[in-house]
Amino acid sequence: MKEQKRPNVLGGLAGWLWLLVVIVPIYYIVVTSLRPQQDYYDENPLSLPGNPTLDAYQIVLENEFVRYLTNSVLVTVGAVAVILAVSLMASYYVVRSATRLAKRTLELILLGIAIPLQATIIPVYYLIVQIGLYDTLWALILPSIAFGVPISVLIISNFVRDIPGELFESMRVDGAGEWRILPTLVLPLSRPALMTVGIYQALQVWNGFLFPLVLTQSSGVRVLPLSLWSYQGEFSTNVPAVLAAVTLSVLPILAAYVIGRRQLVSGLTAGFGK
Amino acid sequence: MARATQRSEVSGRTAGPPFVMAVPALVFFAVFALVPLGGVVVLSFMEWDGLASPQWAGLAKWEQTLADPVTRRAMWLTFVFTTVSYLFQAPVALLLGVFMAGSQRYRALLSVLYFLPLIFSAAAVGITFQSLLDPNFGLSRAFNSDLLGQNWLGNPDLALFVVVFVVAWCFVPLHSLLYQAGVRQIPAALYEAATLDGAGRLAQFAHITLPQLRYTIITSSTLMLVGSLTYFDLIFVLTGGGPGGATRILPLDMYLNGFRSYDMGQASAVAVILVVVGLALGLMLNRLSGASKMESQQEGL
Repeated sequence: MKEQKRPNVLGGLAGWLWLLVVIVPIYYIVVTSLRPQQDYYDENPLSLPGNPTLDAYQIVLENEFVRYLTNSVLVTVGAVAVILAVSLMASYYVVRSATRLAKRTLELILLGIAIPLQATIIPVYYLIVQIGLYDTLWALILPSIAFGVPISVLIISNFVRDIPGELFESMRVDGAGEWRILPTLVLPLSRPALMTVGIYQALQVWNGFLFPLVLTQSSGVRVLPLSLWSYQGEFSTNVPAVLAAVTLSVLPILAAYVIGRRQLVSGLTAGFGK
Repeated sequence: MARATQRSEVSGRTAGPPFVMAVPALVFFAVFALVPLGGVVVLSFMEWDGLASPQWAGLAKWEQTLADPVTRRAMWLTFVFTTVSYLFQAPVALLLGVFMAGSQRYRALLSVLYFLPLIFSAAAVGITFQSLLDPNFGLSRAFNSDLLGQNWLGNPDLALFVVVFVVAWCFVPLHSLLYQAGVRQIPAALYEAATLDGAGRLAQFAHITLPQLRYTIITSSTLMLVGSLTYFDLIFVLTGGGPGGATRILPLDMYLNGFRSYDMGQASAVAVILVVVGLALGLMLNRLSGASKMESQQEGL
């Protein structure tokens, strides 16, 4: 593949063209968010701002952005922590237990991969209202956990399966029970899988829109993606401020992308390799 | 699985970890995913406005749903959206994936940039493109071009195609990533042999790359097709299903019926259609890919 004489013209063309397609909107977000509101109507939208300013960011920060950020962090951390804990336990059980029940359990959970979250939103709404959690952060955390479990169990159980059986045997010989083996053997050895799953799920929950849209209402429990939508209503004519909010909402994940690109990319594709 | 089972049988003493370890995961999954899945079927036979108690309605909601011209149009639009979206995304993703698999340094840099859309939330992407495609202050003014000055999202004839493009912006990176991984697994020997036989680049692509990628193609196609069937967030923020219902595909039809018209019965019926079509499509493509896909990939080597 390396030493071809003729270059891949078509691929190259598509490559550079798509780069443009990807970069222009992102560049537009950044330059617009740095423009004073007045200049938005006068300057060329793709020019560098003539009088760059952070005013737009200040407006966003003065409008409860930190609260929405905190809500997003709480929901994401809460959901991902529980997803990892319950999926690791379930994975250990389905892999290391030889019973039929374990096999059935795995089959049932994997069935969940085929359930589209969107299609269940009405009963989920009914359920959340009935148990009195409507318009709370719990309303976002609990269903997110449920829909995160299947793919997490798939990935983690594939990983736990590769832990050599001798390690379990020798721990048992030393008298360790299952509840000791879990934290001292399974947990440390599954760390890479937990990392991958954690990143994938964190992105899902962080960027999720439908659950917040349907299951919350007041601004006190608003999370970031929904806040972008409502900023758009509030700031309507102040496009730089809306795009500043977009920039701020992406920054935490961008930071993660810069620090751990490899893990992030493998996390992103985690659900899809096969 | 087989190996693990065998080993436990040999040691024979312990039954392994207790079932109780799986209980928390099962409870979450059952209460918030399985029960709602059954619930949506039940609710499709109910009259419910989202506030009072649901009342049994028999087949009334189904008759109403299947006769509703808006929902019928949504089905047609979903079909068009899924098809056009696939025909656009699949070739672009394949081409980019093959391109990215090359070993040149600059391609690695390009790959880093290609992935950027993946970190944006659907809401962020929708808002950005709304503003970028604004007929007065967006791209049209940047290039002072009337051609770009269309009312992209306000024109019923264009909106669906704009949505296809923006959805591609979000998802092409993921699929080209799959193709990149697929291409890198193709043995270099195949290309060397073909080059010796005098095969040109296009011939190599057609006779080596494409056949070798067939399982990646099926995986990626399944994800694209089933994915666009249930796609909601971005379209909701970008167009809200408009203008005049021009982008109201089934998931939007479901949401708008349920949470705007407060007809949860009809919304549930639409949701059931979505689940059934999605499962059928997924199973069909899975059947296509064959059962023993991992082994047969290296066939003939």
